[in-house]
Amino acid sequence: MSDQSLESHATDVAPGDEGEGRVRTRILGYVVGLGLAIVLTATSFFIVGTDLVWQPSIPVAIVVLAIAQMGVHLVFFLHITTGPDNTNNVLALAFGVLIVILVIGGSLWIMANLNANMMPMDQIMQMQR
Amino acid sequence: MATAAVAHADPHQLRGLAAAAEHAGPAPKRIVTAYGFWIFLLSDIIMFSCFFAAYAVLSGQTDGGPKGSELFDLRSVTAETGCLLLSSFTCGLASIAADERETTLFQLAMALTCALGLAFLSLELREFATLVARGAGPSRSAFLSSFFTLVGCHGLHVSAGVLWLLTMMAQVTAKGFRADIRRRIVCFALFWHALDIIWVAVFSVVYLLGAGQ
Amino acid sequence: MFGKLSWSAVPLDQPIPMAASGSVALVILAVLAWIVLAGHLPYLWREWITSVDHKRIGVMYTLLATVMLLRGFADALMMRAQQAVALHSQGFLPPEHYNQIFSAHGTIMIFFVAMPFVIGLMNLIVPLQLGVRDVAFPTLNSVGFWLTATGALLVNISLVIGEFARTGWLPYPPLSEMTYSPGVGVDYYLWSLEISGVGTLVAGINLVTTVLKLRTKGMTYLRMPMFCWTTLASNLLIVAAFPILTATLAMLILDRYLGFHFFTNEGGGNVMMFMNLIWAWGHPEVYILVLPAFGIFSEVVSTFSGKALFGYRSMVLATMAICVISFMVWLHHFFTMGAGPNVNAIFGIASMIIAVPTGVKIYNWLFTMYMGRIRFTTPMLWSIGFMVTFLLGGLTGVLVAVPPADFLLHNSLFLVAHFHNVIIGGVLFGAFAGYTYWFPKAFGFRLHEGLGKAAFWCWLIGFYVAFMPLYVVGLLGMTRRMQHYDVPEWRPWLLVASVGAIIILIGIAFQIAQLVVSIHRREELRDHTGDPWDGRSLEWATASPPPVFNFAVTPDVSGEDAYWSMKERARRQGTSDDSVAYTDIEMPRNSPTGFICAFFATIMGFALIWHIWWMVAAGAIGAFATFVAFAWRDHDEYVIAADDVARIDQANLAERRAVMSGAG
Repeated sequence: MSDQSLESHATDVAPGDEGEGRVRTRILGYVVGLGLAIVLTATSFFIVGTDLVWQPSIPVAIVVLAIAQMGVHLVFFLHITTGPDNTNNVLALAFGVLIVILVIGGSLWIMANLNANMMPMDQIMQMQR
Repeated sequence: MATAAVAHADPHQLRGLAAAAEHAGPAPKRIVTAYGFWIFLLSDIIMFSCFFAAYAVLSGQTDGGPKGSELFDLRSVTAETGCLLLSSFTCGLASIAADERETTLFQLAMALTCALGLAFLSLELREFATLVARGAGPSRSAFLSSFFTLVGCHGLHVSAGVLWLLTMMAQVTAKGFRADIRRRIVCFALFWHALDIIWVAVFSVVYLLGAGQ
Repeated sequence: MFGKLSWSAVPLDQPIPMAASGSVALVILAVLAWIVLAGHLPYLWREWITSVDHKRIGVMYTLLATVMLLRGFADALMMRAQQAVALHSQGFLPPEHYNQIFSAHGTIMIFFVAMPFVIGLMNLIVPLQLGVRDVAFPTLNSVGFWLTATGALLVNISLVIGEFARTGWLPYPPLSEMTYSPGVGVDYYLWSLEISGVGTLVAGINLVTTVLKLRTKGMTYLRMPMFCWTTLASNLLIVAAFPILTATLAMLILDRYLGFHFFTNEGGGNVMMFMNLIWAWGHPEVYILVLPAFGIFSEVVSTFSGKALFGYRSMVLATMAICVISFMVWLHHFFTMGAGPNVNAIFGIASMIIAVPTGVKIYNWLFTMYMGRIRFTTPMLWSIGFMVTFLLGGLTGVLVAVPPADFLLHNSLFLVAHFHNVIIGGVLFGAFAGYTYWFPKAFGFRLHEGLGKAAFWCWLIGFYVAFMPLYVVGLLGMTRRMQHYDVPEWRPWLLVASVGAIIILIGIAFQIAQLVVSIHRREELRDHTGDPWDGRSLEWATASPPPVFNFAVTPDVSGEDAYWSMKERARRQGTSDDSVAYTDIEMPRNSPTGFICAFFATIMGFALIWHIWWMVAAGAIGAFATFVAFAWRDHDEYVIAADDVARIDQANLAERRAVMSGAG
């Protein structure tokens, strides 16, 4: 394994690497990403402090905006695309996201179920006194 | 092992056979290094997911102490978010400068990234100090334990990132844009952008959702 | 100045740990003295300690595992002896000592025997099977190994300085919290696992990247040997699961060191969060261990049946299915701890579903053997022993996956028997099969067959004699981890179990004898061809032991069972063309980074355990400085000239041809 094996690897690209592009286009990409991220962040911070929207929708909106912003970061800053040269990177990401969902979702579900079935620990301690 | 011995043919004679077109062989080092780091980042994000899970489970366990909505100062969080977003942008500029081998631009962009990272850290430290001074330190309640751990873990990552960033600036000064150093710059950029993604989750889940409670 | 550390930490008044650690220290000192006096130190430093060669690192991992196996087995013997005598009496081990022994036994066997054994074999073989010259990150590989060794070292230091955890192999709070375990035992556990966990993560990242990004020309995914697939799945699980362990233990550390309230009874903490998170790591961990073993059995069964693996694609699918489903069953480890029927039912069903791909694998191995020309060598015996034993363990696993049954069996010796059944019958038998199978590849000579078979039969019979009685006493109601008991009906079964442990001890003695005898007779056991078993995958295409660059010219693969099809084609053509175009080969330079890093990690871990804060800072700075120094070096590769490559390769080929013409 060395740089001598730098033959054409058209089917593969490193995560974070963009394809060939002029400097101006690349800077423009970051500018667009930054702009979108600022808009999404500002919206998130705005709807928390306002009573212009229906209150119960706010948590959902915040989660949706957060996911959208993560997508923006992935596309414009980390240059993850759906192209064939990115398959491996996207698959690894998908596996990671699956595990994250399982860990967080599973923990919340299991712990909610346990809390519903069992007395909180401090009350058990009280009973034993 | 007479039967086996017949099979000990020389493998070399087949080396000249027509190459299978499906797989070209080992990937170049830049791809290998960045991919390995990508895998590390995924594992890091899974580690954060545990702290998020702990926060989500324990965020209601205030033990009679203060709730999130009584503690969080959204103006400070807005400033922190601004710092990190801008630093992600300057970090992107540094990557471009590294690819174009523009030393001055690279060092400038990295210095800006570093300054923004330090600004973020000082804001966060001030927030932590304020909370501890108000008696809302991490040992006050399970909610505060999980809050300090989650946010502090991100802060530790940013600190490590700043240390790495300074090391990279020194390396470029001393050695120039060598191939291995450029691979490290790719990894650093991945790291810094990933921290930003985690911060998006932190400010949404901890501060914004917490402020509404 | 020295935190909590003082002379009272050394248990001078306790004869058993003092005698044990004293004799071990003597052996270590003797070995060190021999190394230094005989002048082996420069060789050891140059060729092993600083080596970044995946084969050397693999061998060192395996060596660590075998040494720690002896330590863990000594603990097992003491536990069996204690339970054999402790009816109506205290036996010979006081409770606080017995509790440390079962905790150390579990911790060592999982983290410092099973893990390094499978990681060592993967490290040694996977690059060879993929037809490449090294892993993706050779220096990090060395760092990973030495950090694992650091963890093992810290666990063993706890024998002499301080104490080990008394909380079981997973330190359940609130027992493991500062209130109930104020000593340093749990801290030894926590820091050694945090440090070795980093090492394991590094190894995982390295091997995932190696399999996905470094395959030789023509080695498409569906041409990879089964062992590479299981390596990929297992290391994906490492990458996904070990961060969970790191985070969970970090939370416990924060509880213990800084008074946080994650798992405490006070302050709103929730102990069940620990059970939840630790098992979210713990269940994938089981598959991290057993998947590589499945890969080893696939290679062994196919080689010694002289047939391609039956149902290769279904095997790949089953492996990847296990990889994903193993993350969806973790609650079955705490069915009894308060979850409702809906949650229990869903996780129970998921646990039964994961048995299906495993069953697919068993059938595939059976059909691979069917109509094959089977050679009953030692690795094949381990594989057949595995199929029978593991099936049994899997079935009792399905039994405890049924929540109502689990309410009866949870934390009983039935459970203990079950997981020993799958871990010994699955992982350890697999590791031994791989050890015997690949030993000639690593060292250039085979292991003695007769002694190997004797060891196998002792292990197999010893296993059944030791653990079948535990199923029975488990059903009779005996819970695990009992220092003494008052039920006479259990006694006969426990006596039988201790006989089983002694039979296993004889098996281990045979294994040591096998190694000694084989080294002594290495000339007659020499493997001149590089292919002692008539193998099918690329590791057999190169010499034994392989040259540092593995392949003089990296092979070009055009189908499954790459080396077998090469041999087939050569047999048909009956010619040999040696006009090979050799080129210069660049290889990574050796580096002491891993060793020095581990040195500082040991200092840091020890200082953290004993609250010696200045030493923690010194260790951290040292480790960082090591990495910077490594990053600063200018030459990270060296070149082996084409002429040298040609000379080495032609010599190997000549040796191979000489044997062939002699035999033919």
